[in-house]
Amino acid sequence: MASSSVPAVAERSGTFPGADAPARMEVRSLDAYFGSVHAVKDVSIRLPEHTVTAIIGPSGCGKSTFLRTLNRMHETVPTARVSGEVLLDGRDIYAPGVDPVSVRRHVGMVFQRPTAFPTMSIRGNVAAGLSVLRAAGEKIDQNERVERALQRSALWEEVKDRLEESALGLSGGQQQRLCIARALAMEPQLLLLDEPTASLDPISTEKVEDLVHQLRQEITVVIVTHNMQQAARVSGQTAFFLHGEMIELSPTTEIFTRPRDDRTEAYVTGRFG
Amino acid sequence: MTAFRASRRRWAINTFMTGLMWAAAAAATVPLLLILFNLLKEGITSLNWAFFTHLPAPPGQEGGGAANAIVGTVLLVGGASVFGLPIGIGAGIYLAENGRAPLAVFVRFLADVLNGLPSIVMGIFAWEVIVVPMHHFSALSGAFALGAMMIPTVTRTTEEMVRVVPSTLREAALALGYTRWRTSLRIVLPTAMAGIITGALVALARIAGETAPLLFTAFGNNFWSLSINKPVAALPLQIFNYATGPYDDWHQQAWAASLVLIALVLLISLLARFVTRSGFSRGVE
Repeated sequence: MASSSVPAVAERSGTFPGADAPARMEVRSLDAYFGSVHAVKDVSIRLPEHTVTAIIGPSGCGKSTFLRTLNRMHETVPTARVSGEVLLDGRDIYAPGVDPVSVRRHVGMVFQRPTAFPTMSIRGNVAAGLSVLRAAGEKIDQNERVERALQRSALWEEVKDRLEESALGLSGGQQQRLCIARALAMEPQLLLLDEPTASLDPISTEKVEDLVHQLRQEITVVIVTHNMQQAARVSGQTAFFLHGEMIELSPTTEIFTRPRDDRTEAYVTGRFG
Repeated sequence: MTAFRASRRRWAINTFMTGLMWAAAAAATVPLLLILFNLLKEGITSLNWAFFTHLPAPPGQEGGGAANAIVGTVLLVGGASVFGLPIGIGAGIYLAENGRAPLAVFVRFLADVLNGLPSIVMGIFAWEVIVVPMHHFSALSGAFALGAMMIPTVTRTTEEMVRVVPSTLREAALALGYTRWRTSLRIVLPTAMAGIITGALVALARIAGETAPLLFTAFGNNFWSLSINKPVAALPLQIFNYATGPYDDWHQQAWAASLVLIALVLLISLLARFVTRSGFSRGVE
């Protein structure tokens, strides 16, 4: 009903490599609220397998809130609500009877600031999520998983000789890659990155970006970013959010050169935000 | 060039105020140092090996010790921890995790009120609840009174310590598929642990010297007793009895007991500082 007042999203598809791959996730008319604040308005988006989707937009546009609805983290905040459908491999994660805790085990998430657990070693941090899988009865070779996750996050060579040391001894950039390793150890099919390089220096940022680019070959990634160059470098498709609405979803190569919406153009050319 | 010179008036006020602060700091520390000095002077001469190994001498006889009181104090403080720590820490975690719930607001207010409750009232409470139904004094009732005194302090320090754990850590754990319970137990508690232990030790140091709650609960005992069901000796009670007694030898014993009690409290406080320094900085960056 609210959707009639929302302007149609300018969308083109099939014009970036991999766009017609099957959808890993499909979001249908999703709304998110904090109390009476309507933070995300009627967003629908398709996330094809092995694609990096970037979400850009000014502060407060709802992009982080939207990301947090994709693994049911949004509802951990008091008064937060969601309506709509989010299909992960065809199954609605908001369907009645779905346990949000088990959804989060299948969708990895990395935050703006590194969140290494301070009382745990490097190995302990990477294995932190595995303990819940083991408690649920899965048989897991922890050492093998830890090593593989660290290799995938390009951290193995730097930490292999000090796995038992505190994770706080690592630099900020290394800690962030450790958090990515911790998420990857769960072997998620979808990884959500919420401004993962906002607190990092340029060299660490480049390493994380390279990593995201690599990961695309194995999994599906959604990255929220303030940095438009970053979106251009790592993503296949880009969504522009403004005031809780998705204004435009286009192949990344086009959104920065030939945006279809005037507001997108104003944002990507730096006229506001 | 007068532009960079402080005015005479500002210089005068600054000097005066600095002096005032020094005086206030001295007024706060000097009495404490005098007490410690006097205690050391009087206590050290009365302190001997027998004090740590012997039972109190019968009235009128010289010598004896306070071995049973030292052991009794350890027993009472240990028993108080069994009562006070789980309840205090549990309530503190509840307050930190559910800060704005009506029950939490009420519990927090109650903890603050309890914190200011005169300790003798806590003694009466323990007497009423445990001594009266059992028809006799006991170590159990003493430990209960002291434990109840610990609860508000431990609750509030635990709440503070859990609260300073960054919420981003909690979110990271939830995003990995941790339940709230597991997040509290595996991530938040270990991170806050050093601070919680420090708070617990400070509370222990505080109750170790309490006398009033023990007067009509633990009651005191001139003989060995390790039973929680019988009256038990305690250093503060021993000090009270000896200091108000008629014999010089008792007064010397009271000094010695005071010194040992202060040393015990100091030791616990030092331990608290040590824990804070070693673990806490690691816990919360």
